[in-house]
Amino acid sequence: MTPTTTRGWDEFMEGIWKQNPTFVMILGMCPTLAVTVSAENALSMGVSTALVLIASCGLVSMMRNITPKEVRIAVYIVIIATFVTVVDYAIQAISLALYDALGAFIQLIVVNCIILGRAEAHAAKNPPLPAMINAAGMGVGFTIGLLSLGVVREILGAGTLFGVSLFGAGFQPWVIMVLPPGGFFVLGSWLLLFSWWEKRKPVKEAMDEAKQNV
Amino acid sequence: MSSELQQAVAQPTVQSTPTASMIKTLGLVSAICGLIIVGAYQSTLEAVADNKRIATERAVFKVIPAAKSIAEFVALPAGGVQKVMRSGIQGDGAGETPAGAVKFFAAYDGNGQLAGIAAEGGAKGYADTVRIMFGYSPTCQCIVGIGVVAMRETPGIGDKILVDKDFLANFAALDAKLSAGLNALAHEVKTVKHGTKTSPWQIDAIAGATITSRAVGKAINDTAQVLLPRVLPQLETLKAK
Repeated sequence: MTPTTTRGWDEFMEGIWKQNPTFVMILGMCPTLAVTVSAENALSMGVSTALVLIASCGLVSMMRNITPKEVRIAVYIVIIATFVTVVDYAIQAISLALYDALGAFIQLIVVNCIILGRAEAHAAKNPPLPAMINAAGMGVGFTIGLLSLGVVREILGAGTLFGVSLFGAGFQPWVIMVLPPGGFFVLGSWLLLFSWWEKRKPVKEAMDEAKQNV
Repeated sequence: MSSELQQAVAQPTVQSTPTASMIKTLGLVSAICGLIIVGAYQSTLEAVADNKRIATERAVFKVIPAAKSIAEFVALPAGGVQKVMRSGIQGDGAGETPAGAVKFFAAYDGNGQLAGIAAEGGAKGYADTVRIMFGYSPTCQCIVGIGVVAMRETPGIGDKILVDKDFLANFAALDAKLSAGLNALAHEVKTVKHGTKTSPWQIDAIAGATITSRAVGKAINDTAQVLLPRVLPQLETLKAK
């Protein structure tokens, strides 16, 4: 586990690459597979989760010194559920169409492991500002993960991107991409790509070093 | 065992927190969270009510395509209909609906003629209530279209009721004639298992989304059974706009 630094940028970037919730920690798979049938839904879900993450980690961190460890899980869940409720009302107020599209998955943000995991592992041990910066990084990382699936699945499965038709009328959509098996395929492909890239880096660095020493 | 070892084993290394401290923290967290939730609810109440009203009106225009203008009415339990005046100050419309009254919309075409009646029904689907707006044509005494006003069904399964062509074809001319006594529907609007529809008042469910399909049928039936017997005798009042 990377030792947590106090530099804000490192805190933020941790969630985007090194500890990306979707591709490295492999958390929050349920919404990742379920709502990424379109890029717009993926983006909305990502932003909602990010907001809940930042707010929850902020409040958990502010209360970290008065939260006895015996009741910490109960406290975290109450705080997370509160902010999910706020986001729920906010989405209803902004757009009922979006609310209907995301359906039951907004409430499921409460049990998204990323949030509870971050609250316990990081927010409970750090002051509010670093906690919220780290949470923001995690939220952005999760949104990137969701978008990478949503974009691929929408382009291949419907021929559109954010509702804008890309290929014209002659395009034969690859329907399985908007169904669950397609979600698994795309996720698996991205994980493969991500792991290959991660493994390649130290090998490449070692080879460069070896070349220099020759 | 030496005495030091005995001592070390006997003494607990972790002090457990006093109960009062736990109750204090839980109480504080609950109070803060309660305030946050209530604050969010209050500040979004009007916007949500507005959105719901817009969605309802949009649904009416969708289920009665010929509609150019609509008027809101309530059908009173004792018979008779009453027009709802929109006072517009409170987000939800003028006053409260009288007990037992059923809200509905009368839709008029470009010439001011009655194009149809639209009403909302709700029934429990797979997750939470499914609210359906259905359009009714007095000329054929049948339901001519449905729209989904609100639902939280599973994306990809329950939300097929929005797009499945065969399911929507059920509602092109769904029989909703009144019984001889004019106090209920002649035949209950009922959702039947996919592929077993035999009569024009039945709805063929979507295979794999039976619960949501049944909710649609029940929503329509529950409202139509109460509303249509009250509305049909009042058609002349409605036509006069």
